[in-house]
Amino acid sequence: MNPLQTLRVALRALTRNKMRSFLTTLGVVIGVSAVIAMVAIGDGAKARVEATFAAMGSNMLIVLPGTSTAGGAMGGFGSMPTLTWDDLQAIQTEIPTVRAAAAQLRTNAQVMSEEQNWGTQVFGTSPEYFQIRTWPVAMGSLLTQGDVDSGNKVAVIGQTVADKLFGQNSNPVGQSLRIKSIPFTVVGVLDKKGQSQWGQDYDDIVIVPVTTFQQKIKGGLKNFIEGSVAVSATSADSTSRAESQIRALLRDRHRLPLGADDDFSIRNLSEIASAQQEGTRTLTTLLAAIAAVSLLVGGIGIMNIMLVSVTERTREIGLRMAVGAKPADIRLQFLVEALALAVTGGLIGVALGVFGAWRLATSFGWEVLYRPDVIAIAVGFSGLVGVVFGLYPAHKASRLDPITALRFE
Amino acid sequence: MPQPSLIQFQNVAKVYHMGDVEVHALRGVTLAIEQGEFTAIMGASGSGKSTLMNIVGLLDRPTGGAYLLEGEPVSTLSTERLAEVRNRTIGFVFQSFNLLSRTSALENVELPLLYAGIGSAERRRRATASLERVDLGSRADHHPNQMSGGQQQRVAIARALVTEPRVILADEPTGNLDSRTSVEVMKLFQELGNGGITVVLVTHEPDIAQYASRVIHMRDGRVLSDERQEPKIAVVPPWTQGDEEDPP
Ligand SMILES: Nc1ncnc2c1ncn2[C@@H]1O[C@H](COP(=O)(O)OP(=O)(O)OP(=O)(O)O)[C@@H](O)[C@H]1O
Ligand SMILES: [Mg+2]
Repeated sequence: MNPLQTLRVALRALTRNKMRSFLTTLGVVIGVSAVIAMVAIGDGAKARVEATFAAMGSNMLIVLPGTSTAGGAMGGFGSMPTLTWDDLQAIQTEIPTVRAAAAQLRTNAQVMSEEQNWGTQVFGTSPEYFQIRTWPVAMGSLLTQGDVDSGNKVAVIGQTVADKLFGQNSNPVGQSLRIKSIPFTVVGVLDKKGQSQWGQDYDDIVIVPVTTFQQKIKGGLKNFIEGSVAVSATSADSTSRAESQIRALLRDRHRLPLGADDDFSIRNLSEIASAQQEGTRTLTTLLAAIAAVSLLVGGIGIMNIMLVSVTERTREIGLRMAVGAKPADIRLQFLVEALALAVTGGLIGVALGVFGAWRLATSFGWEVLYRPDVIAIAVGFSGLVGVVFGLYPAHKASRLDPITALRFE
Repeated sequence: MPQPSLIQFQNVAKVYHMGDVEVHALRGVTLAIEQGEFTAIMGASGSGKSTLMNIVGLLDRPTGGAYLLEGEPVSTLSTERLAEVRNRTIGFVFQSFNLLSRTSALENVELPLLYAGIGSAERRRRATASLERVDLGSRADHHPNQMSGGQQQRVAIARALVTEPRVILADEPTGNLDSRTSVEVMKLFQELGNGGITVVLVTHEPDIAQYASRVIHMRDGRVLSDERQEPKIAVVPPWTQGDEEDPP
């Protein structure tokens, strides 16, 4: 008997007992749909984490002033200025794994255009900052080294600020705005970056030259940076090396004795990102394990029904043997039935999982990511379950003695 | 050189072991059945008739002696080979019909061809011809539960005939039929015998055995008597008009 005929005979047998076949597949359906939905949601979350960290900046480290032991009630990192402009210069010039570094001074301020007024954060920094954060302009131009050197009253604004002050779809380039009633000329509008993972709007920002910031907006301490330093490493692989080199350099420059705590801290954003991803991965693995267990239970369900079916159809098996079926034909027939049950369950499960993930995602505002390889593996795995759990009943059927089988009541 | 007998038993024995007890179902049966013979096997319950039939039909193996089918010893063949030989050479008719329920008459008849590896168009053609031969061409789509016992047994005979076997084995085929329908079946078997098909039939009823050309009586696993006779011609209202079209 050829495989196509075997499949047809198997499908006939299964459709003869539609309700039972359907119930038998349920275990696999639930298992597979759970896998598909969970992985889709997990991958969606992971992709979102990746995207938000990519938006923060590539291979980025942030060096913050302040001691780690001074945390908690004392104010924590960034509360006590310990980084100097010379430190920044040293980071820029002495560490080969550092591509660029820039000070970022920050304050909250009211910003005004002719018509509008908006509270936002104002950053003072240098042109390298845009490189570190891989943040190009949508309109106009970025700050230049000349702007920093001469302390020009120019500003680059984020999309949100542009919308609030100058209206949607306007061109603010060349227009003026006031920060603390000091007039600045808008030279550029930045590309939209969206929200950070914690819901902070990246585009709600005004960036001015660091020198102008110190002179006009918030005068600082002469030698110390009253803010943090953003650093980008030369590659993703070198971020941790850059981190330890910066640590060594700063400890050396600050003359910290061995065993003393750092008087600064370094945040490695890619490490935070991978820690977060590790979390989602663990969760995904856990859920996949649960799903695998339910697939196993589904397989046992299939085996159970196949055994019942073999008993019920003992006479049929005897007859088929009498008219010329070989044991292998009988074995294959029951194996294909189990396989068809499991794969049908798998396919229904995929449809249900895709739909379920989509429903959950839309109602909770999550992202989903469907991976064809996961879907293929899930279907393949349910097929495997069908074969593994179909093997014993099929073997049992093929071993029946035709005479006894034909006499079976 | 004389043609070997179609079925040849040489001192065939069958012993069943049930725990420590040995049941001698056949105690040395020697007989030869020629092509085209219509043989009836009779005997008391437990005399070994079914056991004999199962061995002839290659569903069972003897525990002693030799069985030659078409001159070939078959007791040593593998299970797979036996299935092939059974499929090609032997057709079974059972007392309880053994049709697949919820399956049309046509598909029931096609079943042996499925295992002969014959394509669907050819299967359909031959199954239809076989059904017409038992005058059930118009019932091809009917399911067993929509047919009378006699019709079901005719479907079963059509199924046995579809592979154009050399031997039809029928173990009490009329056991579940009334006398008129039984005669219908006997008439069909007589026609098969005339067409060169060997029919071996087990029956308890002397009325049925009359239609055979040879009657073998068994007792306690042995052949008690073996006689050729002039068969009584089965006469029933004609329903086998179609049989000239498709000789076996
Ligand atoms: N599978 C078996 N295991 C043990 N003993 C068996 C088996 N099959 C048949 N027998 C025994 O072999 C003997 C012959 O049985 P068989 O079925 O051939 O009788 P029979 O002539 O067909 O009887 P009946 O007319 O009742 O059908 C009986 O004593 C029976 O109990
Ligand atoms: Mg019997």
